[in-house]
Amino acid sequence: MRTLFDKVWARNLVRAEAEDMPAILHIGLHLVHEVTSPQAFSVLRERGLNVRRPDLTLATIDHSVPTLPAGPDGRLPYVTPQAERQVETLRANCREHGIELLDLGDERRGIVHLIGPELGRTQPGMTVVCGDSHTSTHGAFGALAFGIGTTEVGHVLATQCLFQRRPKTMRVLFEGALQPGVTAKDMALAVIAKLGMEGGTGHVLEYQGEAVRGLSMEGRMTLCNLSIEAGARAGMVAPDETTFDYLRGRPGAPADFEAAMAEWRALRSDEDAAFDAEVVIDAAAISPMVTFGVSPDEAASIAGAVPEPANDSQAAGLTYMGVRAGEPVAGLKVARVFVGSCTNGRIEDLRAAAAVLRGRRVAEDVTALVVPGSEAVKRQAEAEGLHEVFLAAGAQWREPGCSMCIAMNGDKGAPGEVVVSTSNRNFRGRQGEGVRTVLASPATAAASAVEGRIADPRPYLKGAAA
Amino acid sequence: MSFQPFTALTSKTLVLREENIDTDQIIPARFLTTTDREGLGDAAFHDWRYGPDGVLDEGHVLNRTDMATHRVLVAGDNFGCGSSREHAPWALLAFGLRAVISTSIADIFRSNSLKNGLLPVVVDEETHALLLSEPGREVTVDLEENRLRFGNHAVPFETEAFARRCLLDGKDPLGVLLDALPEIEDFEERAA
Ligand code: SF4
Repeated sequence: MRTLFDKVWARNLVRAEAEDMPAILHIGLHLVHEVTSPQAFSVLRERGLNVRRPDLTLATIDHSVPTLPAGPDGRLPYVTPQAERQVETLRANCREHGIELLDLGDERRGIVHLIGPELGRTQPGMTVVCGDSHTSTHGAFGALAFGIGTTEVGHVLATQCLFQRRPKTMRVLFEGALQPGVTAKDMALAVIAKLGMEGGTGHVLEYQGEAVRGLSMEGRMTLCNLSIEAGARAGMVAPDETTFDYLRGRPGAPADFEAAMAEWRALRSDEDAAFDAEVVIDAAAISPMVTFGVSPDEAASIAGAVPEPANDSQAAGLTYMGVRAGEPVAGLKVARVFVGSCTNGRIEDLRAAAAVLRGRRVAEDVTALVVPGSEAVKRQAEAEGLHEVFLAAGAQWREPGCSMCIAMNGDKGAPGEVVVSTSNRNFRGRQGEGVRTVLASPATAAASAVEGRIADPRPYLKGAAA
Repeated sequence: MSFQPFTALTSKTLVLREENIDTDQIIPARFLTTTDREGLGDAAFHDWRYGPDGVLDEGHVLNRTDMATHRVLVAGDNFGCGSSREHAPWALLAFGLRAVISTSIADIFRSNSLKNGLLPVVVDEETHALLLSEPGREVTVDLEENRLRFGNHAVPFETEAFARRCLLDGKDPLGVLLDALPEIEDFEERAA
């Protein structure tokens, strides 16, 4: 009668909640990056506290680092001295508290939501938190993973625990199989469009159904990553053979993998488990999706038209984007394309973009940036020759980091430009002041780069392995 | 310490009707390279308050309003969505706000706000419409009674019980968590 969430919650519960006090939840993996941690370490210092479990804490540098290589003087081109200081601060904090840091130059470094899975540190049944809303990514492994604020980062550093009220659960059931050329990103945008930006508020989503089972771990991570854009606390997928195959042999995987697997197999919602809410989505009816407004739920099929705005806020968003109701969603002229981020910066995403770009050119007036999500992804892509495909097409091949997803490191668009981006947020100004962001899958982004306007990837995928 | 107690506050409202005001609007990412909590007041709603040329938009309601007397924000539906940055409540507090009223407030933002003494208040649509229609109205946000009062209205709102206790008493939740360390250690031993 229990859901996957119930089982994971119970495993990590130090103290059940009471009316006057939330539950105390133990944290199995705490991921740390440079942006949301400095003030938490300061609180520790002010109060004379130590990091209680450095062994369950892992830090990386991703948000503010340049994606261009060091100059002739050996210095990285940080956007501001303050950005560099922030990175230095994380180094000092990790040194002081004995926290493992995947620093620049470390071959394991990457965006915070890529490294946990790559190292086998993210595992089924555990709790994962990070001062970052896209921590929901790790739910792909059947972990309960969610973003926290900096005060809570301090709580976890000091106690390895968090106060938490038990969230509600929602089953998101995909019925049927995906059409060719339709990816996890399109599934996620379809979910967000259906639920709306706050439809998932207070809930943990569990993705189920044939189309979910059919996804690789990379795809499941993309799907769970975007749960937060529907307001959800977290997204989860029950672990299965795909999960185990991904984890087997990774450095952080349990020594007795067989025993761990036996335990993980029980981590699935019981047949008769009751969810607080339920939505059903016809997977076969999903086509490649793009956003047309300024929030991720304003997404539609690339073959469709921009809908009538429901209210003044949406109307203002359409004006910002320079689109009008009734116009085709595809066709808007594109200035920049960004392939990367914790949503779509994994190897499979780069393969999908390369499949479109192979033997083609990025349109003349388009700047295309391909930014691998981690050093491991970069190495793998180069081993497969994908970087050659991107460079031959006229795209830039950068060093790993968050880059244009958040535009903190200097990688950004210019005011008024349309950027087709594989990242997760099309908020006003997210990719630079006045930038108009269109969210899409890597294949759609690549097709748009080629055509210089928002374009359907499907014609490009005929005959190519998607 | 970041933690500001909250009991009751009477103030005028500042109204921003926009829906889905995300934390990137509340504080754009380029201000996040700071390692401090303080000094973020000018970054609050920066790109709404300043033009692309960096010139203050004198006409914008956020620049025209006396924040000393308008400490309660009434915002469109789904306030605070997006990034988990606690810089958002830090910036709003530094800008002068102490409470935010909407029909829905995103989870992480709400949790971050409660930990810093910025009170999130979720009200029904009817109350919301009334408040939106009359900017500058005087309201009392009473956490002792969990009531929002204005005119002859007294609208109940909910605040998570523990966060409420902490706010009223000025008690730091971390202290309570630290008191639970023996229990946490027991859990870890059992789980090992
Ligand atoms: S890639 Fe974007 S969403 Fe992901 S962690 Fe970095 S900034 Fe956040």
